[in-house]
Amino acid sequence: MRIQITFSKQGALRYTGHLDLHKLWERAARRAELPLAYSQGFHPQPKISMAAALPLGFSSRCEVLDMKLERDIPLEGLRDTLQATLPPGIQVLAIEQVDDHAPALQTRVVSAEYEVTLAEPVDGSELKRKVDSVMDAESILRTRRGKQYDLRPLIESLAVVSSAEGKAEKILMKLAAKEGATGRPEEVLDVLGIAFEETRIERTRLNFQS
Amino acid sequence: MLTPEQIERKLDRILLKVQKPGRYVGGELNSIQKDWDSVQTRVALVFPDIYDIGVSNVGLKILYDQINQREDALAERAYAPWLDMEALMREHRIPLYALESKRPLACFDLIGFTLPYETLYTNTLNILDLAGIPVRSAERDESHPIIIAGGHSCMNPEPMHAFIDAFVIGEGEEVIHEIIDVVKKWKVESNNPLSTCHREDVLRELAKIQGVYVPRFYETTYLDDGTVARIEPIAADVPKVITKRIVAKLPPPPTKFIVPNVDIVHNRVSVEIMRGCTRGCRFCHAGMITRPVRERSVDEVLQAAEEALKNTGFEELALLSLSSSDYTHVLELVTKVGEKFGGTHLKVSLPSLRIESVSIDLMERLKDRRSGGFTLAPEAATERMRRIINKFIPDEDIINTTREIYRRGWTTIKLYFMIGHPSETLEDVQAIADLCKRVIAEGRKVIGWKAKLHAGVSTFVPKSQTPFQWVSCDTPEQIRAKQELLKRELYRDKNIKLSLTDAEDSFLEAWLSRGDRRMAEVIYSAWKKGSKFDAWQEGKKYDAWMEAFAEHGLDPLFYTHRQRRTDEVFPWEHITAAVRKNFLFQDFRMSLEGEIRVDCRLNCYACGILPTFAGLRRENPGEGWKCPDVKSPVNNKQSAVTSLPLVGD
Repeated sequence: MRIQITFSKQGALRYTGHLDLHKLWERAARRAELPLAYSQGFHPQPKISMAAALPLGFSSRCEVLDMKLERDIPLEGLRDTLQATLPPGIQVLAIEQVDDHAPALQTRVVSAEYEVTLAEPVDGSELKRKVDSVMDAESILRTRRGKQYDLRPLIESLAVVSSAEGKAEKILMKLAAKEGATGRPEEVLDVLGIAFEETRIERTRLNFQS
Repeated sequence: MLTPEQIERKLDRILLKVQKPGRYVGGELNSIQKDWDSVQTRVALVFPDIYDIGVSNVGLKILYDQINQREDALAERAYAPWLDMEALMREHRIPLYALESKRPLACFDLIGFTLPYETLYTNTLNILDLAGIPVRSAERDESHPIIIAGGHSCMNPEPMHAFIDAFVIGEGEEVIHEIIDVVKKWKVESNNPLSTCHREDVLRELAKIQGVYVPRFYETTYLDDGTVARIEPIAADVPKVITKRIVAKLPPPPTKFIVPNVDIVHNRVSVEIMRGCTRGCRFCHAGMITRPVRERSVDEVLQAAEEALKNTGFEELALLSLSSSDYTHVLELVTKVGEKFGGTHLKVSLPSLRIESVSIDLMERLKDRRSGGFTLAPEAATERMRRIINKFIPDEDIINTTREIYRRGWTTIKLYFMIGHPSETLEDVQAIADLCKRVIAEGRKVIGWKAKLHAGVSTFVPKSQTPFQWVSCDTPEQIRAKQELLKRELYRDKNIKLSLTDAEDSFLEAWLSRGDRRMAEVIYSAWKKGSKFDAWQEGKKYDAWMEAFAEHGLDPLFYTHRQRRTDEVFPWEHITAAVRKNFLFQDFRMSLEGEIRVDCRLNCYACGILPTFAGLRRENPGEGWKCPDVKSPVNNKQSAVTSLPLVGD
């Protein structure tokens, strides 16, 4: 049996990285006494996979993982059972059964949406101008880990949310999240001249290829 | 003082700049955060090394449970921030805080440090400083928490006497409650504006608790040669000798282990199956200070393991003791563990197995797979050395056992040795290399070039309260010569991996473990000069220590490379693990004659445990302890406490 779990990751868990999150789910499944399926070989690993790694420090309302079980179990009540064994910061939002032969989650993600909250609101119109110039640009060449790439095509949408007084409080962005073509919110913030430390970033939605 | 909210806001701005920020945020499953205002006594428990090492410490876990079970108290945790985090905390003026509530440590009533080894001393000072608490006990006042410490290295508390208000000698499960009761009473009284109760009074009350040592009420004087003349109480009502505390029966083991959200060193459930050891290896500090041997029943261990695994989901179970093979029902235990958890991908570890084929049978029952190597600790390689250290295993047993281990499917064997035992020569060290070569040669006969050997060779450090407390350490030159010999002999074989301990690390541990009160100033200066994390290459500064010794006119060699006089008064003479000094001395003399004493459960050697704890033993007869029953009639229940072995008897 293969199940797909949608969950949020918040609070102290923002500082738990991708590999550690794997471990966290593996242990949660054991605590909930789920019949986890393991890979074969000398170092059997539980068959758990995540749709898209969430960078350290980000919170999320929409993480998705895929877990293989050795046998079928009733889904009824599973959400509560699992929730009861999870640390604070992880909330199970949905559990559903998926077809055993459905393609892997990672290959189906196409884009991710983020909500960036600014610690100190800035002037809305000025930020809006910067956002427009980013969206108008044909390409934005950047270097990351010694490699040059074009950020612009990875940005699908970018918008500023301002208060009634015209102060920009949040930035919403939708970035490509395909294998080998993943947009990073920090890179966009850098282009906008906003320091990453002055923000809180939350992933709000993962979009999948149907 | 900063509020938890202010601290969290500051943390948010720095955490992504440090390695593994998950160490600093708490929020783990099974951590307990009580309502701050609903209790009278708040305790912060500190492991003065990084989170990755501290979280899995069983001693602190026991105390965390004990305290949080009380309705009137809470316990939270703190660890030493790694160098990167410390720098940012100092830059942003963030005081060290407890992980659960994010309150500064200085807000707590009581701070308890665990000091299992000496290289944590500078970190302890650093943590107090990071918490904004005066590092020296004498400089603290009514507004500061009471600072206590316990753990194995406190069997000689003197080097830390200037920094810790009260030490717990021995086991903490019961005494922690008595300490909290005293602190609670003080807190309640100090809310009364007319209160005349001072910090000194609280410490005086603490000093009355059996097993609690308050150093400010004692004075040490020295002879002209630098050795101790005497240690005497300078306050009324404090005991002349502080005898360690023990629990008569091991309480139920903790089962709600904290499950960290980041990777740590030991991701596992630990169940202590037995405390103490009857083997009497003369170099072994733990074996001497954790007597008497007390065992848990198989059922209790199994039940605790099952519950703890259910509570944590951990992938490993460690069955802890100083000598697994000596646990009376070890075969039954591993059989049942195998039955219960077989096929569940659970890794089970059973440390300290004797070198005999039965150990292989035990391991086979626990492991579906021969991974991870098989570990044995011969400690020495010549018959002479084995007699001196009282760990006698004939070479043939080692060869036969290791051959069988390779034959039954393990490809890697780990052998642990020590160099620097008393009177060891280069021939004794050569024998270690020869034995390793013989073992690998046997392995090759059985499984060919797949056979691997890992030789871990550490350097012996004499400890207080052991038969070797009189002996001199090897000099740096001797240690280097011995290590060179091993490298020369063993580096050529690519299937033998040799690991050695850094000689400087051993000396640091050596002068601290048998240090006196004057060492406190050396520790202080070494820390001021930047040494911390002394167990880490990234932290410790050997030169800072050398300068600190020079500054205070002390010679490290006085503490390390000096054979103690037979009538020497030790700096820890007023502290006893209830193993009598004359027993230790007799055992030391026997080592010089190469006489061995086998397992003391076969024949009691009268180490001193029974007369000291006769009352406890009488109330808990039978299987639980491995000491003989006490049959003498009860004349006075307090006799156990008052008839202590006298200093130097």
